[in-house]
Amino acid sequence: MSEERRERRSYLIGTLLSILLTAIAFATIPLDLPRGGTMLLIGISAVLQVIVQLRFFLHIDLSRQKREDLQLILFSLLLLGIMAGGTIWILTNLSQRMM
Amino acid sequence: MKLLGNLNWDVTPFSDAINDPSTNTFVAAGAASLVIIGAVSVLILLTWFRLWRPLWRDWLTSADHKRIGVMYIVLALVMLARGVAEGAVMRGHQAMALNGGPLSADHFSELFSTHGTIMILFVAMPLVTGLINIVVPLQIGARDMAFPVMNQVSLGLTAAGAALIMVSLVIGRFETGGWTAYPPYTGKVFSPGEGPDYWIWSVVPAGLGSMLSGINFAVTIYKCRAPGMTYMRMPLFTWTALCTAIMMIYAMPPVTVSSLMLALDRYAGFHFFSNDLGGNMMNYANIFWMFGHPEVYILVLPAYGVWSEVAATFSAKQLYGYVSLVTATMSIAVISFTVWLHHFFTMGQSASVNIAFGIATMIIAVPTGVKVYDWMATLWRGRIRMTVPVIYLTGFFILFVIGGLTGVILANPTIDYQVHNTLFLVAHFHNVLIPGVLFGMLAGIHYWFPKVFGFRLDETWGARAAGLWVVGFCLTFLPLYVLGLMGMPRRSPSFTDPAYLPMEYLAAFGAVVILGALAATFTTYIVSIRHRKWLAVPLGDPWDGRTLEWATPAPVPEWNFAVIPEVSSRDAFALEKEGGTPYAPVSRYADITLPRRTTMGLTVCVATTGTGFALVWHIWWLVILCFTGLLLTMIARAFATNTEQIIPAAEVARQHRRWLDAIAQNTGITRDAECTSANRGLAAPDEVIR
Repeated sequence: MSEERRERRSYLIGTLLSILLTAIAFATIPLDLPRGGTMLLIGISAVLQVIVQLRFFLHIDLSRQKREDLQLILFSLLLLGIMAGGTIWILTNLSQRMM
Repeated sequence: MKLLGNLNWDVTPFSDAINDPSTNTFVAAGAASLVIIGAVSVLILLTWFRLWRPLWRDWLTSADHKRIGVMYIVLALVMLARGVAEGAVMRGHQAMALNGGPLSADHFSELFSTHGTIMILFVAMPLVTGLINIVVPLQIGARDMAFPVMNQVSLGLTAAGAALIMVSLVIGRFETGGWTAYPPYTGKVFSPGEGPDYWIWSVVPAGLGSMLSGINFAVTIYKCRAPGMTYMRMPLFTWTALCTAIMMIYAMPPVTVSSLMLALDRYAGFHFFSNDLGGNMMNYANIFWMFGHPEVYILVLPAYGVWSEVAATFSAKQLYGYVSLVTATMSIAVISFTVWLHHFFTMGQSASVNIAFGIATMIIAVPTGVKVYDWMATLWRGRIRMTVPVIYLTGFFILFVIGGLTGVILANPTIDYQVHNTLFLVAHFHNVLIPGVLFGMLAGIHYWFPKVFGFRLDETWGARAAGLWVVGFCLTFLPLYVLGLMGMPRRSPSFTDPAYLPMEYLAAFGAVVILGALAATFTTYIVSIRHRKWLAVPLGDPWDGRTLEWATPAPVPEWNFAVIPEVSSRDAFALEKEGGTPYAPVSRYADITLPRRTTMGLTVCVATTGTGFALVWHIWWLVILCFTGLLLTMIARAFATNTEQIIPAAEVARQHRRWLDAIAQNTGITRDAECTSANRGLAAPDEVIR
């Protein structure tokens, strides 16, 4: 299989997967699931969506020459986690103490 | 709708001085006149010495990383002069502020707000960015930054912010809520004037510019290293630059976003940070310090890089503990994102939240301590030369450790409750920022100046300046610790307790010494330019340097390296010199591709300044005009294809061979003659110290 065909197939799989994940998120509304289930399903498909986009469109994988990109992404996740988590912790704490 | 928005003749300090003559208004009018006189005399001098064409061709439109770096540093030095002057005025005012004082409370507030904003965003940041710009591509064996035009744009955005702050001195008033501009005080309800808008539209472009710089530095270090330069072979300054760059990418967006949210509150009636309709001003403090704390490490890490290079070079020894220094740098970069709450311990969250961030803050002192020990071990039994950078290093060692220790004291929430919002805090952060960042940058400028301009800086005047900075710092800021412990609140325009007076007088005297230090610093540059023939080091290695940048001529050519070097070890140039094989002749030269000159950065600067000014005064047609211009410039640039110039191999070969010939004819000097005119930039072989 030529390089070009493999690339095209990878993009195609990525497109189909991301459409599917988007469809699942939208489908939760007509399916009328319980509130918690809806949130969970949308959350999971969102995380999977991110991974699909990184893998198929930004070509981030575990191979050696992609290691630097992967490290940058993991580092970003760490920092965003610290910032978002810290903010939620601080502001909910403040809010509770002002009730 | 008025054509000029809210502008009219009454907004200048001159009309204030005419309508209400007093010391207060005369000081403001005097400052405004200084800005105008300064600007006009620069224009006259440029015309008198016929410098417009070189300024345009060699500097403003240049995409050369070294020239952009120099422009950053010039911008920083101009702003430093204003910032120091403001500090001196504040100290002078406070020394006379028992039951009053010459300046009005609002004027005093403007002073500390501009002083803080300028010193952090328009002095420290451009110094750091400028030095990284100059040094990093040379240290990693690259020809330029990864994105030379974006580099220009970053400079343009930073300069636009600085320009707006200078304009605020002449037209209208600046913000009065401190450099952090906490709402709700800076919201429309409590500050209806143009002040906070000036602050917002200075900070936003500067924040964007710094983020772009961060991306540029990180990509350059990741992708443009010379063959063989693995991560663990990079010089330590490059390591600190890498960590700083990554921190800039993540820490600058919060301040840009929080300022824009504040702008939406002020301009469009939003309620992000207002008192009502669901607004939460505490989230502003939270977002702002998410930037603010990493910011101080963004500034100090490159200074740590300078100390590492200076300690190794001027003790003629290999850097001690390279791996631990790299690890410490990376640890600081990560931990600095986990401590931001210590800037608002007293906002009302529970003790468990406070102590978590307090402990994180104390932990960050550990890697810094590791670094200090590494530098001391580097100096240990080295042949130390007391050059100007080493004088700064000595001052840094003693004073920065005191500043760091008071930081650990403040990291304890129970103590912070006692001393927060007092001059103790002011003393602490000046104690880390001046001996840490400013001394580091001044030492770095002295160290790398010959590489860029081809001549050393005058050692006598440099030493005078360094001594005055150290003494002036001690006299001005150590008394503030005492005042803080006595309970004097920061930002006080007046006070009633005469017990503060002795320390206030001492600090005011210190401010005079610092003014002297600033004057001596500028004198160093002027004297050195006058004696540039005597101080010339064309062969490029005045300090017996250890890293790649010293293996090039001085001033370094636009293309940096005639051929890209192959690196096989840490301290590559030092090992070549020990092995007796430096300056190897090159058999084949190749054409070199460099970025072409472009007006992109300048256009962005002018359009951004225009947009900011128009937004401050609500001149909507000008906002649309400038902002459209900004967008069109960027779109037009995307279609430019002829963006590179070729330096022919023959030209490279001619210059490189001439330099090699000059080296062959020179015998070099030993370190004893380093500060004499015999130093032409070639180091004679020296005994190796391990």
